[in-house]
Amino acid sequence: MKHTIKTLFALVVFIATTAFTPVGTGYDIGDIATDFELENIDGKMVSMKDFKDAKGFIIVFTCNTCPYAVAYEDRVEALNKKYADKGYPVIAIMPNNTDVKPGDSMDKMRARAKAKGFTFPYLMDKGQKIYPQYGATKTPHVYVLERTTKGHEVKYIGAIDDNYQDANAVSKRYVEDAVDALLVGKDVPESKTRAIGCSIKV
Amino acid sequence: MNHMLIILTVLFSLIGITETAEEDYPTTTISQNMDDLKVFDFEGLQNYLSAKDKNKTYVINFWATWCAPCVKELPYFEELNANFNSKNVEVILVSLDFPNKIESKLIPFLEKRNLKSEVVVLDDVKSNEWIPKVNENWTGAIPATVIYNEGLTKFYERSFTYKELETELKPFLK
Repeated sequence: MKHTIKTLFALVVFIATTAFTPVGTGYDIGDIATDFELENIDGKMVSMKDFKDAKGFIIVFTCNTCPYAVAYEDRVEALNKKYADKGYPVIAIMPNNTDVKPGDSMDKMRARAKAKGFTFPYLMDKGQKIYPQYGATKTPHVYVLERTTKGHEVKYIGAIDDNYQDANAVSKRYVEDAVDALLVGKDVPESKTRAIGCSIKV
Repeated sequence: MNHMLIILTVLFSLIGITETAEEDYPTTTISQNMDDLKVFDFEGLQNYLSAKDKNKTYVINFWATWCAPCVKELPYFEELNANFNSKNVEVILVSLDFPNKIESKLIPFLEKRNLKSEVVVLDDVKSNEWIPKVNENWTGAIPATVIYNEGLTKFYERSFTYKELETELKPFLK
């Protein structure tokens, strides 16, 4: 009996600890990313399949309220300006629960996009069904996808560049390097990077 | 001198910073240095991440004033520090506040909260290099916490309640 209790206790401890340990879910390099149908700030629904001529996508999980995301707003816009015409448009997705972060509401997203002159779709992950599939944990969190015969293949996961503080002091432009490589049919030089960001609010 | 400190503390608390409004940075800049607030690059921080004292358990929490869930759990880390300090537990709060917000945001916050745990600032943009050195599983989201002593190290990319924190700490104290 004592033994059983001990075993049970060990089991409970095991379940309790594993349940709280972040599990390696979400996409890895080479996985096929799911398409989505999410509402844009103009009220229209947007999916990757709508972009008939795209060669791939720069998917950016971002929001209004995270200082890191704000620090990168202009750089995300610059990515879209540079790569949309080359076949790699930016699609931004706001993953936060707006009850927790009212500053990320659709109205606030619309206002922010207008103020900053965003030229890319800024979608709301309503119901928070998409970001967990991708495995995004924070804002900003970027996925570069290549459209292949298999679907939208994950080619890069991580940060935009290596200096959140100063766009002029950046030495490695991870996303640009990834897309540039894909555009000429080469392997992405650095396919996974890490940066600090704000945890996605559930 | 003591008088001066009290006046300054009162002044800081009067300025009244809202802790959790991530998007609302105060516009006033305070030209006041908190001399004992240490700012490190990752190399400097590593002294805190590898045990100095073999008898101690270290609880290292990565946070920032702009991170609402971090600010929410700060009192639990403070409570842990107070309750377990006598049992050789040391809590260290590593702020990731932007360097240009240290004076305007972080220092007033620290003055107001009167935190007892040691607070240090990590200012190192090369996060792609240092994040995996803190822990291979860290994606970079904060709050994040490392608990370690000579025999055991655990990493958490999540928020805590006080109870959960105490539960996690317990195995380190055996």
